[in-house]
Amino acid sequence: MSARTAAAGAPPRPAGSAGGDGRPPAVTVRGLAKRYDEVEAVAGIDFDVIAGETFGFLGPNGAGKSTTIGMLCTLVRPTGGRATVAGHDVVAERDEVRRNIGLVFQDTTLDGYLTAEQNLRLHAELYGVPKSAVPDRMRQVLDMVGLWERRTSRVMTFSGGMKRRLEIARGLLHSPRVLFLDEPTVGLDPQTRSSIWGYIRELKTREDITIFLTTHYMDEAEYCDRIAIMDRGEIIVLDTPEALKASVGRDRVMLGTDDDAAAIAALRDRFGLEATMHEGLVTIAVESGGEFVPRLFADLGVPIKSVSVSRPSLDDVFMSYTGTTIRDAEATSSDRNRTFARMMAR
Amino acid sequence: MTTGELTAAPVAPVARVHVPARSLRGDVRAVKIVWQRELIRFSRDRMRIITSLLQPLLFLFVLGSGLSRLASPGTHGVDLRTFVYPGVLAMAVMFTAIFSAASIVWDREFGFLREMLVAPVRRGSIVLGKCFGGATVAGFQGLIVIAIAGLVHVPYAPAMLLEIFALQVLLAFAITAFGVMAAARITQMQSFMALTQMLVMPMFFISGALFPVAALPVWLTVLNRVDPLTYAVDPMRRAVFAHLDISPAARAALDPGVTWFGWRVPGLLEAGVVALLGIVMLAIAIWEFSRAE
Repeated sequence: MSARTAAAGAPPRPAGSAGGDGRPPAVTVRGLAKRYDEVEAVAGIDFDVIAGETFGFLGPNGAGKSTTIGMLCTLVRPTGGRATVAGHDVVAERDEVRRNIGLVFQDTTLDGYLTAEQNLRLHAELYGVPKSAVPDRMRQVLDMVGLWERRTSRVMTFSGGMKRRLEIARGLLHSPRVLFLDEPTVGLDPQTRSSIWGYIRELKTREDITIFLTTHYMDEAEYCDRIAIMDRGEIIVLDTPEALKASVGRDRVMLGTDDDAAAIAALRDRFGLEATMHEGLVTIAVESGGEFVPRLFADLGVPIKSVSVSRPSLDDVFMSYTGTTIRDAEATSSDRNRTFARMMAR
Repeated sequence: MTTGELTAAPVAPVARVHVPARSLRGDVRAVKIVWQRELIRFSRDRMRIITSLLQPLLFLFVLGSGLSRLASPGTHGVDLRTFVYPGVLAMAVMFTAIFSAASIVWDREFGFLREMLVAPVRRGSIVLGKCFGGATVAGFQGLIVIAIAGLVHVPYAPAMLLEIFALQVLLAFAITAFGVMAAARITQMQSFMALTQMLVMPMFFISGALFPVAALPVWLTVLNRVDPLTYAVDPMRRAVFAHLDISPAARAALDPGVTWFGWRVPGLLEAGVVALLGIVMLAIAIWEFSRAE
C-alpha cells in the first residue's frame, strides 16, 4: 500500500494548497497530544486547516476526534504540542480563540425554557456582540437556518433538527472565523441530516468562514474539501475525498457463499487474493470488478449465493488505511469477541 | 422546504459582526444577561413560585396555629404565629435560593452550562450573575411573605419592611453562593438535593427560627451559635419585635437575642457575619469554576 506511506509520513501538506490566496491557515496543529492517565486519546498529531475550507475529521467513535476538537476549542487542555486557531494559541490566548470560534456540540447546549430569540440574545451578550448589531445579525442567522418564524417559540418545543439548526445559527451569531461542528448530524434522521447539510453548504456561500467538523458518517465526509481519517488517536491520512478514493483505486467485490472458509482458501490458492470477512461477506479488492466476476464463477469451485461489486468509496478508503470498516472499528470489544467466537466455531 | 432560498435576497450583504476584546464592560454585560435569564426562567415557572411558598406557609399557619394552644403559657399572650413569622421570612428565601443554585446542576446536565463556560468572559461573571439572580428571585418570594405580615399581627411599618427585605436579599445571596459553590463540585442532581436537604433543614431547625435562642441546652446553644442561619433569623426577629406592642416579659422571653459569652451581638454585626460568609463562599465558587476546564 504505497499511498499509506506517502500520506501518513510527513506532516500533511494541503493538497495543491487549495486555499491558494495567501491567507494564513485557520488552524495549525503541531504535535498536539492529550493523555488521560493511561490512555493516549490523541497521540501527537500535525495538520493545517486552510482558511475558507470545509475540513472533516473522520473516524470511529473513540478515535480522538472529539478530544482534538475540544483542545482546539480551548475546552480540553493539551498535554503536549501546540495549536493555533485563527492565529491564536489555544492555551496562551484562550479568550482570543473563543471569540473567534463558533461551537456546535454533539449534545444540545440550548436553554429549553427560553425562546429561540432569547437563546441567541444571551449568546450575543456573553460574546459582547455590539448592541446595535444584534437585531440585524440575529435576523440573518435565523433566516439562514429557516427559524425566523419560530423565534418566539420556546426551544423545548423544537424537534431535534430544529434545535441543531438553532445551535448552528447561534454558533454563527458572533461572526466566528472558524465554526466547529462536533458530529453535527448525529442522532438525526436521514432527511434532517441532509437538510442540515443543506444549511451548512448554504452557509459557505454567505459567510467567509472555515468549517471544521467531525463525523463518523462516510457520506458526510464527501461534502468536505479535505478530510483527515483518524483512528486510535492518530491521523492516518489526510487529503481530498477524490484523491483518497483514487489512492485506493480498486473495486471491492463482496461474496455471499455457502462455505466462506473454503471460498477464502480458494481465492488465495487459485487467484492469489487475500480475502477478509466484512459484515458477513467475503470481501476482496481487485483492479476491475466487472472483469473479475465471470472468472470467479468459472474457477472458484465454491457455490456463490450473491455477489456485489462497488467502486471505491470512502468506506474502502477507510478500510484500506485502517484495515477495517468504520462500523467494525466501532463494534465494542464484546461484539468483536462474539464475532471471533462465531468464526472459530465454524 | 429550503427557507434559505426564499430569504437569500434581503440579507445579501452580510455584515461581519466585530466582537471587541474582553473588557470590564463585557463582564458586566455577562453578569446582567445571566441574571436576566434567572428572572425569565423564574417568571415562566409558576409551579416553582407556588411550591416554594408552600412550605413556609405550612410552617406559619399549620404548625403555628396547631401548636399555639400548647405554647400559649410560654408566649405571654403573643400569637405563636407572630413569633414564628421572622423564621418563616428566612425560610421563604432559603428554599428559593437553594433551588436557584440547583439550576446550575440542571444547566450542566442539559448542557447549557457549557454554552456559558465557553464564552469569552470571566467565569466569575457567570457565577456572580447566577448569585444575583438567585438573590433577586428569592427576594421576590420574600416580598410575598412580607405582604402577609398583617395576617399574623405584624404591623406594616416601612422601616421594618425595608430592613427585613434587605436581610432577606442578603440571606438569599449568601445561600445562592453556598449552593453555587457546592454545584461546582457536585454534578448530579440527586447528590445535590441530598446534600442540601442534609444541610439546609438542620440549619433551619437549629437557627432558632422556631424557638427562642436563650436558655437552651449547652449542646444546642453551641450548634445554634455556629449555625450561620442564626445570624439571619435573629436580626429579622429583632426588626419585627421592635414594632410589636408587647409586654417586657414577653419580649425578654421571645426575643432574647443571640449572645456570645453573655454579650448580645448587635444586629449589624449579625448581618455582617452573613455577608462575610456569602462573600467567602462566592469567592470559592468563582475560584472553583475558573479553574475547571
